[in-house]
Amino acid sequence: MSATLEVEKLAVSYDKVEALHGASLRVDKGSIVTVIGPNGAGKTTMLAAMMGLLPSRGAIVYGGRDISMMPVEARVDEGLCLVPERRELFSEMSVEDNLLLGAFSRIRRGAGKIDGDIEEIFTRFPRLKERRRQLAGTLSGGERQMLALGRALMAKPQLLMLDEPSLGLAPRIVRDIFHVIASLRSSGVSILLVEQNARAALQVADYGYVLELGEVVLEGPAASLVTNPRVAETYLGLAGAAD
Amino acid sequence: MNLSLALWLTQDAVVNGAVYALLALALIVVYTVTRVIFVPQGEFISFAALSLATLQNGKVPGTVHLLIATGLVVAVLDGWRMAKTRDFSRLPRLVLFNIALPLAVAALAWWSASRPTDVWLQVLVTLGIVIPFGSMIYRLAYQPLASASILVLLIVSVAVHYMMVGLGLVFFGGEGLRASIFPGFNFDVGILTISLQSIGIVLSSVVLMVVLWLYFGYTVYGKALRATAMNRIGSRLVGISTEFSGKLSFTLAALIGAISGILIAPITTVYYDTGFLIALKGFVGAIIGGMGSYPIAAVGSLLVGFLESYSSFWASSFKESIIFTLIIPVLLWRSLGKHRIEEEEEE
Ligand SMILES: Nc1ncnc2c1ncn2[C@@H]1O[C@H](COP(=O)(O)OP(=O)(O)OP(=O)(O)O)[C@@H](O)[C@H]1O
Ligand SMILES: [Mg+2]
Repeated sequence: MSATLEVEKLAVSYDKVEALHGASLRVDKGSIVTVIGPNGAGKTTMLAAMMGLLPSRGAIVYGGRDISMMPVEARVDEGLCLVPERRELFSEMSVEDNLLLGAFSRIRRGAGKIDGDIEEIFTRFPRLKERRRQLAGTLSGGERQMLALGRALMAKPQLLMLDEPSLGLAPRIVRDIFHVIASLRSSGVSILLVEQNARAALQVADYGYVLELGEVVLEGPAASLVTNPRVAETYLGLAGAAD
Repeated sequence: MNLSLALWLTQDAVVNGAVYALLALALIVVYTVTRVIFVPQGEFISFAALSLATLQNGKVPGTVHLLIATGLVVAVLDGWRMAKTRDFSRLPRLVLFNIALPLAVAALAWWSASRPTDVWLQVLVTLGIVIPFGSMIYRLAYQPLASASILVLLIVSVAVHYMMVGLGLVFFGGEGLRASIFPGFNFDVGILTISLQSIGIVLSSVVLMVVLWLYFGYTVYGKALRATAMNRIGSRLVGISTEFSGKLSFTLAALIGAISGILIAPITTVYYDTGFLIALKGFVGAIIGGMGSYPIAAVGSLLVGFLESYSSFWASSFKESIIFTLIIPVLLWRSLGKHRIEEEEEE
């Protein structure tokens, strides 16, 4: 299978402290790849660097081209999209306007009517439709997650990067969100998923990486990671599994 | 003080306050979108008023040459960048806006100079001269520094301000000029004499404010600017580039400055450095609005207008000191509440 994204020896520093020490990773077309790891491992840092929000060293090859010098907006134009950990919604704007601006890159490049696309998001997340005129800043945590995901989908991404989409959500909504993620794959979108909820992530993913202290310490097909004793003990909370 | 004098001062206050409110809006838009405190805002006023007056005197203003030269510099810089990245997709745009447009404006200016009575043509040419400077100045002075601190951006603003004032002196000399656009016509309402000029200014300001309100509230690009002001990272993630929002906000600032200049040209004698003081009063209004809230800033600007007009009656030699002293209690009052002017260090 061809790779949508291939990252070689990616390193990122904050001031003088290096937070990511040459991590390599690959996302195949139409697959879901997950990155799991403890707090402070560098997952968010890695996504931010791939999106162009942080300067980095190493190669980021997307769609066969090295994009490591491209500004964020150009990467969006190329179909790369990030739902960041802090969501970064336009809090004093309505739900509808947030979704509209999600398509900004397409609109600027001449996409015509996008009302249909907004309706499509509303069918995916009926909750957002009820709240279409409400300000994003007044949404509940779960609704905010849906809006962040919806806004990203408005850009029609080829590769969607999600930073902890289940953060702080009730189990039912987590299921909904993972359902959406799985359905996106079947429509051809590649997904890079960073998650604390390792169990859910490995269930939906095809391939997984374990990031610890800024380094990839383990990788493999998701199914084999689930049965890996080290993963089971540390990330799936199965203390007995390692014995 | 009798009633008719009070009414006359009020009229003066409203007219000036309307212009300050426009300038406050420009300053707030530029600041919230790009974090630039745009000191040279007033130079757009001087450039516009003086270019208009020069055209009415039957001459082509020097700002036209500056526009052509600045456009060329931008074209060369961006052309070089294109050659380096081998991406020429935006070349037609570049040539259109930085070479063709200034030349077209120059041709119009030349034609307009031979028609000293054609006021609308002069206004059009003046807008054509001043508005393109907005995005060009952003491109040359601020775009390379988009991630610099507010302080650095402020220092750049001061430098750009002095440069433009200096160029104003070169192009227009030290003498003040006055232009006329609305016919000088007065009519009486009871004891008050209202000039057509003042009605024209207030109406134009209100119309411009409504247009801008519609723009920010109902168009995708207007919403994109507001989004950038609200959340810089979020806006980049949906593809609103810093360059795009920077150029657009500076263009709006230039548009507002140009219109303000055209509006005040008939009621004030404008010198090469007059614009600065006018914009500074808009800045006081913007500060009252915490550099963020436009409705409060508009009310603040009206307040500045009143303070100016009444203090020019009672204590005319302290007029400016009274207005600018206002900044101190306003800042004190603002800093007692939650402070809105924050340095965004974390990015
Ligand atoms: N702006 C910053 N300045 C300095 N250090 C930072 C900054 N952001 C993150 N770090 C450090 O970089 C390391 C990696 O942080 P990062 O946010 O990428 O971790 P993470 O894997 O996403 O953690 P979590 O699961 O808690 O979200 C941490 O040690 C963190 O303290
Ligand atoms: Mg994180």
